[in-house]
Amino acid sequence: MATKKIGDVILDVKNISLAFGGVKALSDISFDVREHEVRAIIGPNGAGKSSMLNCINGVYTPQQGSITFKGQTFSHMDSHQVATMGIARTFQNLALFKGMSVIDNIMSGRNLRIKSNILMQALRIGPAEREEVRHREFVEHIIDFLEIQAYRKTPVGQLPYGLQKRVDLGRALAMEPQVLLLDEPMAGMNLEEKQDMCRFVLDINDEYGTTVVLIEHDMGVVMDISDRVVVLDYGKKIGDGTPDEVRNNPEVISAYLGTSH
Amino acid sequence: MQTTFARLLLKHAAERPQVAAMREKEYGIWQALTWADLATMVEHLACGLHEAGLKRGDHMVVVGANRPRLYATMLAVQALGAVPIPLYQDAAALECVFPVNNAEVKFAFAEDQEQVDKLLEIRPQCPQLSNIYFDDPRGLRKYDEPGLASLDALLDSGKAFATKHTGFFKAEVEKAQASDVAAMFFTSGTTGNPKGVVHTHNSMLNAAESGATFDKLTNQEEVLAYLPPAWVGQNIFSYSQWLACGYVVNCPESAATTTIDLKEVGPTYYFAPPRVFEGLLTSVMIRMEDAGAFKRKMFSYFMDVAKKVGPAKTDGTSVGLSDSLKYAVGNWMVYGPLRNNLGMSRVRVAYTAGEAIGPDLFTFYRSIGINLKQLYGSTETAVFVCQQPDNQAWADTVGIPSNGVEIKVADNGEVLVKSPGLFKEYYKNKAATDEVLTEGGWYHTSDAGFLDAHGHLKIIDRVKDVGRIKGGAFDGAMFAPKYVENKLKFFQHIKEVVAYGDGREKVCVMINVDFDAVGNWAERRNLSYAGYTDLAQKPEVYQLIKECVEKVNVDLSSDTMLAGSQVSRFLILHKELDADDGELTRTNKVRRGFIADKYSALVDGLYAGKTEQFIETVVKFEDGRSGSVSATLKLSDATIYAPVKAAA
Repeated sequence: MATKKIGDVILDVKNISLAFGGVKALSDISFDVREHEVRAIIGPNGAGKSSMLNCINGVYTPQQGSITFKGQTFSHMDSHQVATMGIARTFQNLALFKGMSVIDNIMSGRNLRIKSNILMQALRIGPAEREEVRHREFVEHIIDFLEIQAYRKTPVGQLPYGLQKRVDLGRALAMEPQVLLLDEPMAGMNLEEKQDMCRFVLDINDEYGTTVVLIEHDMGVVMDISDRVVVLDYGKKIGDGTPDEVRNNPEVISAYLGTSH
Repeated sequence: MQTTFARLLLKHAAERPQVAAMREKEYGIWQALTWADLATMVEHLACGLHEAGLKRGDHMVVVGANRPRLYATMLAVQALGAVPIPLYQDAAALECVFPVNNAEVKFAFAEDQEQVDKLLEIRPQCPQLSNIYFDDPRGLRKYDEPGLASLDALLDSGKAFATKHTGFFKAEVEKAQASDVAAMFFTSGTTGNPKGVVHTHNSMLNAAESGATFDKLTNQEEVLAYLPPAWVGQNIFSYSQWLACGYVVNCPESAATTTIDLKEVGPTYYFAPPRVFEGLLTSVMIRMEDAGAFKRKMFSYFMDVAKKVGPAKTDGTSVGLSDSLKYAVGNWMVYGPLRNNLGMSRVRVAYTAGEAIGPDLFTFYRSIGINLKQLYGSTETAVFVCQQPDNQAWADTVGIPSNGVEIKVADNGEVLVKSPGLFKEYYKNKAATDEVLTEGGWYHTSDAGFLDAHGHLKIIDRVKDVGRIKGGAFDGAMFAPKYVENKLKFFQHIKEVVAYGDGREKVCVMINVDFDAVGNWAERRNLSYAGYTDLAQKPEVYQLIKECVEKVNVDLSSDTMLAGSQVSRFLILHKELDADDGELTRTNKVRRGFIADKYSALVDGLYAGKTEQFIETVVKFEDGRSGSVSATLKLSDATIYAPVKAAA
């Protein structure tokens, strides 16, 4: 078996603290993500997992700490800048345009890469049209990759939840990200849908070398597909390491694995 | 037709190099492959396979969905004088062991990771399986198995070989004779191991040509290749006739997009088993029920018109002026758009076969102007035995003998066939061959049937399944299980039926309701259910099915021959019969004996007159894991009617 080449640190999170008024969501969290790896963030409900992603993504501004991405250090991230630098994400509760077709939703992920302006696009002037064709081709590859050809023209709102999750992933992929942040990609799915999603995540990581940071509840999934795992509990980091190390960490066991939820 | 598949390919490539041979929808666009490009691809594949060690007379398994490269591989194998064996792409790994070992297969083509996994899984049992080539590399990057290579790599090495040995490919093609073995199909087999049906270039192409002449097929036809390539019919319609006529074969994007692709392609020559036509009709009817009152009224009015004069219109017979006008308006407002929606606007010839088709279903398609006909055939006869001529399409016959085919009915009612498309033998199974191929070249179909007054063949059932009722009011009466099952299956709420009665006093059946249709029916009545098992056991559903059973009984009672086959008791099964559990064959036919054993408690319960019976069954999921389902089933009685004396 060929082994995957895990590279240097691409994303380094240092001493992040985030509070909403008196509620401390994250306190002094540090971890790093290496290129080409699948990095999981786990923890019980309310542990601060999504808040962590939102800090990386620039949705929240942490009160303390810094984030280093590809050698540049920021005290807070700007959403637009994050996207242009190559970080894309999916959402726990989906944030798709329900009335738009699958194609249009995924096309919206190409937005940052479209050079022609609105006027050229409206008039379908030569270069704009050629550009659209090029982007559409890219989107078609994603549709093929995610095996959603049958729903190309279906309004997203009519699709079952599992497929909407796939479209959400497709839109993130359309940005050709270097780092993909997945917020509970398997939540609310049945076993078969979970298996499919796992396959997609691994294939993305494998074929495109995309670095994946994912939040997940399903322990089986996390342990199977991640290279390294960070464990959060009440906004604190209580474990970090390979799935095996985390599994045997007593603090983690008592906080998460040992309690039924 | 004194030629071979590879020669036909070269002929098309020489005569019409830039014309599309195949189209495949990929990345949302129909991508065409011309005859010239196809010939080049086949040459490179053949050279690659030759270099890898595929010899004349060897067998190569191809397993996957309809893709141009799958067909190109079959052509390349045939060009080398080797024999392709298509296998069902949804077969479980274990089912592939027998064919691979029986035919000493060393080479295999697999479409994707799923098929590669399957072949790798059976490799310990089939150590000779040395070379596996895959088309789609997705997910296979990390596989490091000996002999596993991509088709792209094979094409590259073949290309290099072809440039060095320019005359090689043509010479290989020339070596083949029309009487050589061209392909082998494993029959699903309701009992025992499958049998490899050996066909020659001659038999396949003769059958293909005879069918093509019958329906005046040209190189302008458009065909959608969507059925499993392992099925002989798919091979005839999308491969043998494709090469014989030179028309365009279109490969859908994926199994899920077939209906969308059907609409886009608009085939002119179309084949589907009855269940596909039924599925299409059911989906139309369900959508019509959701339509507004005006549309519903319009639909039902014009469908009545169509029912009355449509079949005559499709046959080309004249009807009265006012009916003609009504039909024309209906055609503009309902039938035309409906045909378009079904993807059948351009259909010139549509066939159905494999199972009996319900009269209502059959008439529906003919009445909206689709030239749907029936044919009769089998793997052993390379499909065409009987076909219905354009204006003689009836629901209860399968047509007149195809060109060059002779038919006779044996004393026991068995249909015997002599045809240019007859297979050569069962592979390494002389006993089985001798059983069905007898003196004078007659093939025993094991179907019971007779020729009606119009010279059309009527099939009743399998010869071995036709039984007798023993004891009771109908002692000694003929019992044709398939006939009864089909009559019940013609109701849209019933999906599968298994009937028992041979050697018994009465007929009992086990039924699978159609989950979509009955589910929809239940929803409309505010009947909530938790899933198939729950829905199937609702008293309301039992009442619904009981009405169907009794209608069939009324119908059967009017037939003096079959009045004894009336159904006296029935039950609705708690799970859907499934090929993965061995209850259906891969072509979705019920395996009566197997089911009787598996559900013996239920059968005994039916005959013992019980009203309830507990049953637990193991089910296998698609990924190979298994679970169990249990339920207490209700067993219900149905009214039996006195035989009606035929009016003098």
